[in-house]
Amino acid sequence: MEYFLQQLINGVTLGSIYGLIAIGYTMVYGIIGMINFAHGEIFMIGSFIALAVFLALAAIGITFLPLVLLLMVVVAMLCTAAWGWTIERVAYRPLRGSFRLAPLITAIGMSIFLQNFVQVTQGARVKPLPPQIQGGITLMDSPSGIVVQISWIQIIIILMTVVLMAGFSLLISKTSLGRQQRACEQDRKMASLLGVNVDRTISLTFVMGAGLAAVAGMMFLLYYGVIDFYIGFIAGVKAFTAAVLGGIGSLPGAMLGGLAIGLIETFWSGYFSVEYKDVAAFSILAVVLIFMPSGLLGRPEVEKV
Amino acid sequence: MNQQNRNWTTDPVLSVEHLTMRFGGLLAVDDLSFDVGRGDITALIGPNGAGKTTVFNCVTGFYKPTEGRIALRREGSVSDAALAELTRGGQQYRRADDGSVFLLERMADFKITEIAGVARTFQNIRLFGGMTALENLLVAQHNELMRASGYTIGGLLGLPGYRRAAEAAKEKAVEWLRRVDLLDRADDPAADLPYGAQRRLEIARALCTNPVLLCLDEPAAGLNPRESAELNTLLKYIRDEHGVSVLLIEHDMGVVMEISDHVIVLDYGKKISDGTASEVRNDAKVIAAYLGVDDEEVDEVERDLDVKTAHTPAPGGAL
Repeated sequence: MEYFLQQLINGVTLGSIYGLIAIGYTMVYGIIGMINFAHGEIFMIGSFIALAVFLALAAIGITFLPLVLLLMVVVAMLCTAAWGWTIERVAYRPLRGSFRLAPLITAIGMSIFLQNFVQVTQGARVKPLPPQIQGGITLMDSPSGIVVQISWIQIIIILMTVVLMAGFSLLISKTSLGRQQRACEQDRKMASLLGVNVDRTISLTFVMGAGLAAVAGMMFLLYYGVIDFYIGFIAGVKAFTAAVLGGIGSLPGAMLGGLAIGLIETFWSGYFSVEYKDVAAFSILAVVLIFMPSGLLGRPEVEKV
Repeated sequence: MNQQNRNWTTDPVLSVEHLTMRFGGLLAVDDLSFDVGRGDITALIGPNGAGKTTVFNCVTGFYKPTEGRIALRREGSVSDAALAELTRGGQQYRRADDGSVFLLERMADFKITEIAGVARTFQNIRLFGGMTALENLLVAQHNELMRASGYTIGGLLGLPGYRRAAEAAKEKAVEWLRRVDLLDRADDPAADLPYGAQRRLEIARALCTNPVLLCLDEPAAGLNPRESAELNTLLKYIRDEHGVSVLLIEHDMGVVMEISDHVIVLDYGKKISDGTASEVRNDAKVIAAYLGVDDEEVDEVERDLDVKTAHTPAPGGAL
């Protein structure tokens, strides 16, 4: 039981990170129907920027932790937002209206470019960050010797995800920008004829997704303490899987899918074998898609005659 | 007939000049010129395939015309000389105290709606089906809301300026919902509304963008006689109480003849008749186009018609 609880906590933490990245995939898919494969790289760049900010602050002697963390997340979000905007502007917008596969190919190209760019400029070796937030709350201390503990960093990750998700749902459902995004999602041309600047709305979608990916990147850095240029690929594929599992195009679906993938992975590693955790996650994806082709919360596509 | 106010010659809101639209080898609109009078209900009629919807698509920026100028005088009067200068200067529009004019063929579609003030509906309804009726009307007002919300940040923080703007937008939407008799369905998804209600909602949505010119593509298509009569009342209300000029494509001649101040008839992308409803109704070329006779037979029809009108004066001829 204690072991189960501990794995549950670990799984939710991992799932939160996946979920935050998955939102970027699902939003972009929802609005322009393409898979932004460079999104995983945005996450990776976010974690590199967070690390750079940390090192820069340490170099000038600022070590007050809350301030450092705040600056890390703000700077990382701003920089990745700029990256997201730029990528959309140079790689996707010129191809809008071209055939369906064209933006997909540029997305893959952009992903490879960004990976190599970071590898060349930052070096291929892993970058460590000494643990900054230590300790936690002991929930259970059983006589068998297994301790159930939730660390501060896990609490921060889960809380931050909940807050961001809530803010995000509010933005989509209540504000005018969210309404515009939903309108563009349903009928871009009609939205444009109602005076909605569709290009700007799409750019903002990329910016928002990139901002969330940066938060995920920073949390990854704090949680695992090591990053390299390749983390974006693996995390990106997992988050994309999460988005598909939850029903691509659906925001709650992305979060749910993220949690599901995180939990499956953690429990599989905990009870069976670490080596096969990815096999487990992808097998469950395959099974779910066979029985629910539009994912857990996705709306089935209605064929119009 | 001459006493009648011919707004389209004295105060045009829209001037289409030498409009040509070519799709590969197909000439959909061929050197078409017409004016739409301010505060008029203008009907664009013609047989299927005459190019009516293509004209709409050019006016609303859906297509970029192959040739021609489409000038919208939003307010005030702009002299032809000023318009010519604007055309030569390569600008998109001119906004001044004495009047503003927009060259629609040069503008992006969302700008045409946002700053020139043209709104449209479609032949096949294009509502945002997954959003509620109310939300559909709010999307149309998002430009004011975005400005008021400081581009969303103020909106998220719930600043008073944004709340006021959101309240005003909602009020306006509710007002239009009441006007088109859909207030009790405000929170239903638009896709769940019956057909006639969807048509009315689409018109209400177009009006929420504050247009000076409202383009309606077959608004009466598929409506029953009662709904069609309600539509006439709505269109007259829009013209008389809101001062919106209406340009509509319509096949239902009952609607056209009853509410139009001005009728333009197209056939094969060319204008074949232009005038008041009663003038057009008695035009031999129009009758020939609708009955599908050859050009040589037009004279014949004209003769027949003369005989007929001699016996029974056409309704409306008493004007």
